[in-house]
Amino acid sequence: MSILNKHPKRDPEAIEAAGGEDLLVTSGHTFSSLTEKISGIVEKKTPTEWYLLFAMAVSGMMVLLGAIGWLIWEGTGIWGLNNPVDWGWAIVNFVFWVGIGHAGTLISAILFLLRQQWRTAINRFAEAMTIFAVISALVFPGIHVGRVWLAYYMFPIPNQMLIWPNFRSPLLWDIFAVGTYFTVSLLFWYVGLIPDLATLRDRATKVRKKVLGVFALGWRGGNRQWQHYEKAYLMLAGLATPLVLSVHSVVATDFATSLIPGWHTTIFPPYFVAGAVFSGFGMVMTLAIIARKIYHLEDIITVDHLEKMNKIILVTGSMVGYAYMSEFFIAWYSGNEYEYFAFINRALGPYAWAYWIMFTCNVITPQIFWFKKVRRSVPIMFVASIFVNIGMWFERFVITVTSLSRDFLPSSWDYYSPSIWDILTFVGSFGLFFTFFLLFLRFLPMVALSEVKAGLPQADPHYYHKKDGGAK
Amino acid sequence: MSQTLGVLARFANPAELIDAAKKVRDAGYQSFDCHSPFPIHGMDDAMGLKRSPLGFIVGAMTITGGSLGMFLQFWTSSVDYPLVISGKPFFSWQAFFIVTFALFVLFGAFGAVFGMFHLNRLPRLHHPLFYSDNFAKVTDDGFFVSIEIDDEKFDETQTLEFLTSIGGVDVELVAGE
Repeated sequence: MSILNKHPKRDPEAIEAAGGEDLLVTSGHTFSSLTEKISGIVEKKTPTEWYLLFAMAVSGMMVLLGAIGWLIWEGTGIWGLNNPVDWGWAIVNFVFWVGIGHAGTLISAILFLLRQQWRTAINRFAEAMTIFAVISALVFPGIHVGRVWLAYYMFPIPNQMLIWPNFRSPLLWDIFAVGTYFTVSLLFWYVGLIPDLATLRDRATKVRKKVLGVFALGWRGGNRQWQHYEKAYLMLAGLATPLVLSVHSVVATDFATSLIPGWHTTIFPPYFVAGAVFSGFGMVMTLAIIARKIYHLEDIITVDHLEKMNKIILVTGSMVGYAYMSEFFIAWYSGNEYEYFAFINRALGPYAWAYWIMFTCNVITPQIFWFKKVRRSVPIMFVASIFVNIGMWFERFVITVTSLSRDFLPSSWDYYSPSIWDILTFVGSFGLFFTFFLLFLRFLPMVALSEVKAGLPQADPHYYHKKDGGAK
Repeated sequence: MSQTLGVLARFANPAELIDAAKKVRDAGYQSFDCHSPFPIHGMDDAMGLKRSPLGFIVGAMTITGGSLGMFLQFWTSSVDYPLVISGKPFFSWQAFFIVTFALFVLFGAFGAVFGMFHLNRLPRLHHPLFYSDNFAKVTDDGFFVSIEIDDEKFDETQTLEFLTSIGGVDVELVAGE
């Protein structure tokens, strides 16, 4: 691994030339040193850590498959569901995973439109994270009724009953919103990969070259191609931006359009979107810190990048905290006794422990990022990002379970506890996610090479004129 | 038998590539391209390229997708099997906007990606330029100008000399069997 750490082709002139400017990539990389470093990750020997993590991830995925197999055999009775809590961990996990995906699209689309060049260091694997998180999310609607062979009910397919899905239902909107989100994220990711796959292709030989050649689609980097390519990228970013804001809004309407106290509020869509971005950045942070450590990418994913992400975590975490408090205010101000009860019950009732875990992790943890020292401390932000992940899972748990377990009629109240199968399914979904993610790290360029190169000072034609003493 | 397919010349950096593009354009070549590992600002103007028509493709696709989405919901809910659900109208167009929007975006994204493939004539498994060994550098740190044989002004010796005269190095005839 130390080979990756030291590279002979450092260009000290580049650092000097960019003096005073905000360098996106430190230690004076040249175009070819970047190519060497990023391609090297997939071409050279895989680090031992990778094999260890991969073995753990695959074991987790096996647990998921086993839990799903048992679910299909036995039915949803194996879960902790009861009456009235008939929406348990399946929806909690679904919302959790979909939310995580949002950071990837925010980085790739919204920050692209806002011309935030720093995104190039992290956008590739944040997008990959989005795709795998959405896959993990989609497992849950697929299996949540236990009768997977009836999953086609979700789609408008002509069938033997001659009826169609109810398009007025938010649950059906979800199918279209999340389905579109997955497809668009995948297209976006692949389009970004094409030039980098071509890089790998041009460095490979024999069978590997042929396989990569097929996936690189014959990319030649001609400006006649770049011209349409850049336009396509811009269009995709423009389409993905309203899409990503809509997806979690639609997920929020699953709750908000019902009449359950604690769910039936208009704040849900924006509050869910802020929470989704918050949780997604938490996960990007966790993954980025591990990946840059294992693959020695400290000069490409710099502390500056991490600090910028921490600022986003601080902003969105504060928005989430504001939403929590606003909910309480409205519950009191509405004068609706059921709504009022629902919130008192959340904070002080049988699930108070979950509520305060959520509150501590989501509202208090990000506040430490007001301090620059903390924002730039990798160990602290790693721990904080894990807290954010935990807190956001608990947020969905609190919302789903507290409202359902105590609704209008006290005689129907019940306490919900998960069964071992709930837990194994959730743990297993991490296995699925990390299996895909580690395969991605192993076989595809994890940093958007062509985009990072385009952000180097020497990619700008004016850079050379400046050096000539300002000719032109 | 080997057959000439075009010429290829390498340039040192993005600034030289832009200058070369202007000179090739001014010399009256049509069938040429400038290759680089990343898109270069100002290259479209230097090469004299027209705006990409991709926006029109995406626009048409979004409108198609959105209309299809609304029509699907209208037809299934009001025509094929009208069903009263929670007392709402058969054609609840407000509620139908979500799926309409999703399909608007989905079709637009397909338009952007597959429209781009079409305009770039991708995918293709091979291209004459790949016969050049130097050309592999294009995805690393190489900057190239290629002029294809089907250009009206193309002439083996003159075009080679021209590329050398504007500062190209490793100038070569690209030939394949």
